[in-house]
Amino acid sequence: MGMPQGAIEIENLSKEYPFGFLHLKRKKSLEDLTMRVEDGEVFGFLGPNGAGKSTTIKLLMRLIFPSAGTARILGKSIEDVSMHNSIGYLPEQPYFYDYLTAQEVLDYFARFHGLTAGDRAARVQAMLKKVGLDTAKKIQLRKYSKGMLQRVGLAQAILHDPQVVVLDEPMSGLDPLGRREVRDIILELKREGRTVLFSTHVLSDAEMLCDRVGVIVGGRLRGTGAPAELVDVKAQGMEILFELSGAAGNLPLLAQATRTGERYRVQLPETELYAALDALKAAGARIMSVAQIKPTLEEYFMHLVEADRAQASAVEVSGK
Amino acid sequence: MNRRASYGLFVGIAILAGFACVWRLQASVDAERTELRLEADELALRSPAVMKKLSLEYTPLMGAIYWTRAVQYFGEKHQASNQNLDELWPLLDIATTLDPNLLVAYRFGATFLSDAPPRGAGEPEKAVELLERGIKANPDYWRLYQDLGNVYYFDEKNYLKASQAFEEGSRNPAAMPWMKIMAARIAAEGESLETSYALWLDIYQTATDRDIRKNADEHLRLVQAEMDIREIDKAADVYEQRTKHRAIRISELAQAGLLTGQPLDPAGFPYILGEQGKAEPNPKSPLREEWLKEKK
Amino acid sequence: MRNIQTVAANTFREAVRDRVLYNLVFFALLMMGAAILVGQISIGIEQDMIVSLGLTAISAVGILIAVFLGVALVSKEMDKRTLYALLAKPVRRWEFLLGKFLGLVMTLTVNTAAMAAGLYLALWTVKHPLLKSDAYILVAVYLILLKLALIVALALLFSCFTTPFLAILFSAGIYVAGLFAADLRTVHGVDLDPGTLRLMRGISYLLPNFQNFNVMGAVVHGRGVPGVFIWQATLYALLYIAIVLTGAAVVFSRRNLK
Repeated sequence: MGMPQGAIEIENLSKEYPFGFLHLKRKKSLEDLTMRVEDGEVFGFLGPNGAGKSTTIKLLMRLIFPSAGTARILGKSIEDVSMHNSIGYLPEQPYFYDYLTAQEVLDYFARFHGLTAGDRAARVQAMLKKVGLDTAKKIQLRKYSKGMLQRVGLAQAILHDPQVVVLDEPMSGLDPLGRREVRDIILELKREGRTVLFSTHVLSDAEMLCDRVGVIVGGRLRGTGAPAELVDVKAQGMEILFELSGAAGNLPLLAQATRTGERYRVQLPETELYAALDALKAAGARIMSVAQIKPTLEEYFMHLVEADRAQASAVEVSGK
Repeated sequence: MNRRASYGLFVGIAILAGFACVWRLQASVDAERTELRLEADELALRSPAVMKKLSLEYTPLMGAIYWTRAVQYFGEKHQASNQNLDELWPLLDIATTLDPNLLVAYRFGATFLSDAPPRGAGEPEKAVELLERGIKANPDYWRLYQDLGNVYYFDEKNYLKASQAFEEGSRNPAAMPWMKIMAARIAAEGESLETSYALWLDIYQTATDRDIRKNADEHLRLVQAEMDIREIDKAADVYEQRTKHRAIRISELAQAGLLTGQPLDPAGFPYILGEQGKAEPNPKSPLREEWLKEKK
Repeated sequence: MRNIQTVAANTFREAVRDRVLYNLVFFALLMMGAAILVGQISIGIEQDMIVSLGLTAISAVGILIAVFLGVALVSKEMDKRTLYALLAKPVRRWEFLLGKFLGLVMTLTVNTAAMAAGLYLALWTVKHPLLKSDAYILVAVYLILLKLALIVALALLFSCFTTPFLAILFSAGIYVAGLFAADLRTVHGVDLDPGTLRLMRGISYLLPNFQNFNVMGAVVHGRGVPGVFIWQATLYALLYIAIVLTGAAVVFSRRNLK
């Protein structure tokens, strides 16, 4: 006690689904999740499809109910309905009443927050501008593109000035321009001091935006931490890009190199760097660049996925 | 004309031609069915109870529909001079089961179920059943007692029951005073021409249904003819008393001052004297056939 | 309270913008016109026929709307996930359900009123002026509306826990079963043991007795309905609806959205 509370605190959260013919078997879509999102940070929830990211978010939003475990947002239990005034939620692949216009939809949602009529109108206008739908605000949603719908979704998530914003796959289905816009909005939210939790399976977005990430695979949390911490910081070596024409075909180095015309690219451990450079210079090669190989989140991620798969098939083989 | 317009025109004409062929074909199918006497089954479902269940809560509408069918059926059969009115009872049975307050159906059934063919179905006992159901569901409607009395009197020839029916009906404060008079008369004398005439006359004067009124009119003419014949026979008897022989022609009676002029029947034909010097309708009169039937 | 109102108003707006509704109402008004025509054929019962056909149309069309829209209310929202964003707002699930219910009842009231107006128009065309006894038609329409509200509540309940198709089937089924509930009570002449008879009686009381709302037989022939009957029907409807909606709220509150 005495520790500052996180914006989102999850403890031993689990979710089981009955499935099979008579609903006798149970499938665990989320197992014993314990996690914290700190106040004011941007937290990325990573994982392959079906890993449990959406499940976790839906549990937080009380769209589904946990089989075990608890969670708190801003110190209040997730069962507290009034707490929802301080959180915003963008569902995965949002869809809204297509017979309404963007303005009507936002006004509709705004009403649940108890704003006065004037306040409501002002906020709705501001949101429409913020997500760039001001010109399309009187068009019925049935005519909107996916990107526009996503923007409406974002708008309704933040229009009541929430402290915590939860976004489920906010970048999915967007073109590069759209993704850039969403990224900018998330950064702006962070600047405003809000807490942002978003799920994605696109790792480069996570790397770019998140203070911390949590990786979920197969319903279990595998690791949390800043992106930089998670990957193997130790450089995986150096890479030399050089040009060599004709003769020195007998350099042992060339065997490891990939070649395009007269350009070669070779990777080797840092310790061997200077020896290689000397050899190349002696052979008369022209050095184009020498760079450190940067490890990415992707590798860490793939590593976890592979490990999970191996475990799963081991379980199958053992017949359990 | 450009291609699209001519294409549209072609399609339009083809469709119209298609329908014209379908029309012709249907006409010949109809003709074939009439020849083969393949009548559409009048009543796919004959059970009133089943119909009531199937109608869910829309029984008044279904009742009205069946009533309409009954009227159409009757009209068709009469047009074709078809003596067979077998389906009338089932139709009215269902209609009144679905809507027990369908007063017109009871009145219609009273007349045309009980009346002998070719006018009606010749099923007076069914008419009684129908009317009793009607009375049970609509005890305040005194005219159903009138109809019941008529059926007992004219078709069942049960004068006791007829009198009772008129008596019951007369107790209703809205009933016409003659109901009581009829009850007494029938109890006393049974069938009489005056009573018959009075009963048919009231129907004729008060019925709103066109078919019922026409029917009453036809009956009135017959009764009138009977009354005329009775008068002529009386005159003929007086003549016989006086002259010790039967008159052969009506004119003889007229000359003897016993009749005024040439009495005409309601159809406009002069009466004649038949065998044994009894009065009869003229052979040319349309009433003759009917009158002969009554005599049997 | 405010949340319920918001959902109700939006539901009403949705129904109004849904063109299917207009088709159904148009169809019903067409029936009224047909009633005038049909009245010419039905000898002696022209006015009765118009009222009969008109009330049948109002009832039948109303039931269609109640069942199909009632099921769609929740199913569509769950299907299309419009519900997700909504439930993340500070609104309780039962408030959402109640709002939907009230919105649809509002819609039905407006439609029924429009059709009743059409009926009076048809009646007026055939026999003017209208008599005082024609006011009884309003009583029949009011009772039909009560029935429709109950059907909507049932449709809502079913759509909270089954697929839309099954919900429609159950709703239609319970409507028909409810019409025959009274018959279950008076079953006789059959050799059944007392246990079964008691069971049937019990079921007959538990089923929604829809015949309580049927006064067509009287109104069609220009007869009125005693006030007591109207009160009882109203009370019955309110009570039964409250039970059904409570059930629906309980089921819906614990339902995992997919």
